[in-house]
Amino acid sequence: MFSTQTNPGHASPAPSGSFGRLEARSGAALNADSAIAVRNLDFVYAAGGPKALKGVNFDLPARQVTGMIGPSGCGKSTLLRVLNRMYSLYPGQIATGEVMMDGKNLLDADTDINELRARIGMVFQKPTPFPMTIYENIAFGVRLHEKLSKRGMDERVEWALTRAAIWGEVKDRLQTNAMGLSGGQQQRLCIARTIAVKPDVILFDEPTSALDPISTLKIEELIDELKRDFTIAIVTHNMQQAARCADQVAFFYLGELIEIAPAAQLFTNPRQAKTQEYITGRFG
Amino acid sequence: MSATTASRAFQPKDVAASRALGRRRRLVDQLVRVFCIIATIIGLFFLSSIMVTLVWRGIATLDWVTLSREFQPTAYGDPDAPRGGLLHAILGTLVQSGMGIVIGTPIGILVGTYLSEYARGSRFGDAVRFVSDVLLSAPSVLVGLFVYQILVQPVGGFSGIAGAVALSILVIPVVVRTTEDMLQLIPNTLREAVVALGAPKWKMVTLVCYRAALSGMVTGVLLAFARIAGETAPLLLTSFGNNVISWNLFGAMGSLPISIYQQANSGFPDLIQVAWTGALLITLGVLAINIAARILVARRK
Repeated sequence: MFSTQTNPGHASPAPSGSFGRLEARSGAALNADSAIAVRNLDFVYAAGGPKALKGVNFDLPARQVTGMIGPSGCGKSTLLRVLNRMYSLYPGQIATGEVMMDGKNLLDADTDINELRARIGMVFQKPTPFPMTIYENIAFGVRLHEKLSKRGMDERVEWALTRAAIWGEVKDRLQTNAMGLSGGQQQRLCIARTIAVKPDVILFDEPTSALDPISTLKIEELIDELKRDFTIAIVTHNMQQAARCADQVAFFYLGELIEIAPAAQLFTNPRQAKTQEYITGRFG
Repeated sequence: MSATTASRAFQPKDVAASRALGRRRRLVDQLVRVFCIIATIIGLFFLSSIMVTLVWRGIATLDWVTLSREFQPTAYGDPDAPRGGLLHAILGTLVQSGMGIVIGTPIGILVGTYLSEYARGSRFGDAVRFVSDVLLSAPSVLVGLFVYQILVQPVGGFSGIAGAVALSILVIPVVVRTTEDMLQLIPNTLREAVVALGAPKWKMVTLVCYRAALSGMVTGVLLAFARIAGETAPLLLTSFGNNVISWNLFGAMGSLPISIYQQANSGFPDLIQVAWTGALLITLGVLAINIAARILVARRK
């Protein structure tokens, strides 16, 4: 399950002396296979407040799973919420730096946020089915961005539910309320809803922390399946999950990216002492 | 060392003192319970006294005649004279309350939505919320006087429209409050999930938040209806009352509370009897609406 592929872009060891901080590279030198490149990203929850993210640099390689780990409050969820501009909902929160996608900085004021969110989908910690039928839950997002015929929509709904490995369980009850599904089913419905919009990138924010082990396993298998078509970032508190799912893993601590490496390397042979301490359970 | 150890050694509990404390607490517990029960009984006594009296006095003329006829002057005890009914008042109340709801609900929902979704933490929003809450408990006769000033005096006559507008002003703060409360119950995670799909905020509010809050908002509208259906003072100053069925919104219009008020004050036993039935009718109506609201809330859970 571990990827043996190395990503030349971030495999270079951090220069000794600058603790954990990857060397900032300019946005011009992007990897061709990077879906998203983050450069010198700072984030504050209120103007003048402490930085929740400090000079973060990293790439999301296309069609790979990037795991993000670190103790609570380390900034990993904050980072996810920067990538799809979710923080823009809350006045006062400010991100500075570059989040490059297709040569454009997503943090620019002229970014069409709704279009951006159609390209970068998000699955949340708690399953959040909308108070409507299963069919409508999926069709809702599609309708925001595309005009499909009834038939086209039916096909899209079936496609999304199939990709999210829940079609068999719900195909006979598409017109019933989605609130009646179990927690694990609701979460797969939310994943189906996200992929129905056909994004390039899917962000998972602790997608299994509210689920039982069997539902968790299903979601993890699903993530493994989805990376054929989507670029995936997953925030998790569960290091086994990061090891199982992720191709590369980023370790965050106190708002800084300490280390990012292929999963096998980060968990067996971390370069940074802090990473070593965290993955062996000495703190966090 | 040994001294401190000794002073910290386990002390057996004073069983007698502990028992006394237990007895005292049980006694206080019983006393408080008795007070609570007495208070409940007093409350229920007055409530059931009203209900029983209404049914007892009103049931005699709760019949098709009352429901299908307009007002008739007193028969002066003549048993063959036609008995009057309340149809004009029932229709007037339905028309004016209905219009009050139709006018007040959209305004109330929009203001409630503004407070919940757009004005979180803003000073202006806090001011609007405060004014709305003041309006919620404002004496309704003041609302009647206000509408009298703007819609009755300038046009030189009472009208059903003026009555409906006065009632709608009473509807607005109720709907504002329930709309805001119900929208506030929606977890932010749901809002974020909608926005994360690329939905603009107005679609998030209208397509998802309203749906999630629907039964609560409908309950608020029902409760507002129940409240205005029994209002007397604002109608006295706006639609005035009418003894015949009137569909003319620009003329005086009857209503149940005003019919009750006028006929109960008339001094004629046959008219007073009809007033009792009117009071019973309006109480049953409000009761039915409240039960409907409770069922809606229960179904949501």
